[in-house]
Amino acid sequence: MLPNLINENAVAVINLGKAYRIGVAEKKEDNLVSAIVKSIIGPIKNFSKIKSLKTVNSTSNESDVFWANRNITFNVKQGEVLGIIGKNGAGKSTLLKMLSRITEPTEGRIELQGRVASLLEVGTGFNPDLTGRENIYLNGTILGLTKKEIEERYTSIVEFSGIEKFIETPVKRYSSGMKVRLAFAVAAHLDPEILIIDEVLAVGDAEFQRKCLGKMQEVAGKQGRTVLFVSHDMAAVKKLCTRAILLQKGTIVYEGIPEHVVNYYLQNAASIVNDNNNFFDNAKGNKHFELTQFELINEQGNIIQIAESGKQLEIKLYYKVHETGPDPVVILRFKNNLEQVLFTCLSRNSYDGIMSLKKEGSISCIIPSLPLLPGIYAVDLFCKYGQDVTFELEEALKIEVEKGDFFGTGKLNNDMQNGMIVFHNWKVD
Amino acid sequence: MKNLTKVVIENSSKKLFDFSELFRYKDLLYFMVLRDVTVMYKQTVLGFFWAILNPFFQIVVFSLIFGKIAGISTGQSNLPYPVFSCLAVIPWSYFASTFTASSNSLITTAPIFTKVYFPRMIIPIVPIFSKLVDFFISLVILVCVMLYYKYVPGQNVWLFPIPLLIIIISSAGLGFWLSSLALQYRDFRFAIGFFLPILMYLAPVAYPALKVKEQLGNTAYHLYALYPLVGGVEGFRSSFLQNQIFPWDIVAISGASAIFIFITGALYFKKMEKHFADVA
Repeated sequence: MLPNLINENAVAVINLGKAYRIGVAEKKEDNLVSAIVKSIIGPIKNFSKIKSLKTVNSTSNESDVFWANRNITFNVKQGEVLGIIGKNGAGKSTLLKMLSRITEPTEGRIELQGRVASLLEVGTGFNPDLTGRENIYLNGTILGLTKKEIEERYTSIVEFSGIEKFIETPVKRYSSGMKVRLAFAVAAHLDPEILIIDEVLAVGDAEFQRKCLGKMQEVAGKQGRTVLFVSHDMAAVKKLCTRAILLQKGTIVYEGIPEHVVNYYLQNAASIVNDNNNFFDNAKGNKHFELTQFELINEQGNIIQIAESGKQLEIKLYYKVHETGPDPVVILRFKNNLEQVLFTCLSRNSYDGIMSLKKEGSISCIIPSLPLLPGIYAVDLFCKYGQDVTFELEEALKIEVEKGDFFGTGKLNNDMQNGMIVFHNWKVD
Repeated sequence: MKNLTKVVIENSSKKLFDFSELFRYKDLLYFMVLRDVTVMYKQTVLGFFWAILNPFFQIVVFSLIFGKIAGISTGQSNLPYPVFSCLAVIPWSYFASTFTASSNSLITTAPIFTKVYFPRMIIPIVPIFSKLVDFFISLVILVCVMLYYKYVPGQNVWLFPIPLLIIIISSAGLGFWLSSLALQYRDFRFAIGFFLPILMYLAPVAYPALKVKEQLGNTAYHLYALYPLVGGVEGFRSSFLQNQIFPWDIVAISGASAIFIFITGALYFKKMEKHFADVA
């Protein structure tokens, strides 16, 4: 029995699923005769392969069918801003493509009340040889506006883009920033009842981003429009959305207020990095003082898989002492993806006094405001007695960092990855 | 909530043609055509002269090879071969360029329609209109050739929009068929380039259609007209000629055939449409 639609639902998604056919590795021929036979029957095989690309249905249960989305059910009320989060490959884009009518669901249904505009990309259909003005009309009509509607908004679009001077210049002479401005200006004036956005805020400079965020808030809040917003940007989801859903492996695993969903995501998202805790056995050294396990813990004391930039991160290391020694020291050395050392946490300098260790226990290194940009970082671990290295393991753990509001300004370091952020202030006289 | 459009999306939606939606997107068609026309000759030295040069050289070559060397008769003693070939090359060129562009249209537009929803039917239709600009420009050659040979068009000249319409309808129909086929089976891209010259020799471009009647008989002649370009090209040419009866029989057969291709093409396109984003 399908749930009945309540009138005020702007979007109702019922048991939605989408299957794709994925390539399956073919057997390699190892002798000349079978290779020749294979090349002769090749066209027939190719034909059935290409033909089958579109013949996936809900009863298909073949090995090369992949369900990008399955059993997705949710409602969005009019005026709500729904955040959709999840790792890459969790099915966010497929869901948006179905909501935007670009691809048809394999099963289930979507009901949309009102005019939909979807922005899976900014500047779709921009032609480099046309001028800014011509592209406003082309892009606007592609996004579903009529000529008359664009004419009414034209002045406002140009003003919002801030490139009045170049409006009669071919777009190929524009800088990439100018192109994005113009494209977003058109998108911002669509004025739909339901707006579907995919990460479009992750482009452009900070000032322009703030302008876009402001425009989005205006659309969502004041005008009572419904927004579906996919993002990797946890701070933006928390700030803009009234509700959020978390996708994992194509289905909704958590739904609720954004704060909770984001926290749940950061804690539980299956981490791609630290899958092997026995890895610590590979360490070099005499292991008189060794580390056996680690945990990443957030400010609230929960174990997390992904850290958030600018938030407190506790790295809890479990140790064992087989033979005691003088002056135990623990070193964490953080490296970026280019294996450059970014910074080192050396307990000899930062721990007040001398560590007194038990036979077994834990040592926590607490970083109050994680100064790392989004990315994946490796941490080398060392244990020493004085200068004697008892435990040495390069890339002992990996930390995945998500975007966060490091400076507490509401602005995010969107365009930067894999590096450090340093706290600083500005003074303007 | 009042008068909000409600859209239901599910597998194999029943709705066949949404004409009101197509009408709502008419401005998109307009701007896509405008884009094609504006961009076509950007950064070329000769610009719109290319629309004249292309058929012009074809007419020169045809007049030399078929008119002079092969000595193909135009069927009328007072009709010079260049006038004869000009009247066929111009509508043929329009068909050839439209057919090629329309068949490839989905492949070239894939970056747009995999990101935004709009009625996909617009895509193969765009070249039908944008190439008309070239067609009307190339009519300049026709006027020049006729002036040069002091050839006055016959009394049927006002009938030329009918065969032109046959060409338009059949290229749109073939565009529907081939664009959706070529998107999934890229073989068609190669096949189109290969078959186009064959299609030209099949059409009465270099020779009069009546030649077929003379050689193969009346039945074969009418079967021949099932190829819409027969009625299209021959009808276009006949309407300009003096002392020529307008070939209503083959125009009617070709017209019916063109409408058949158009309707089946549109139905096939509509059936395949939902898979476009998945196979693109």
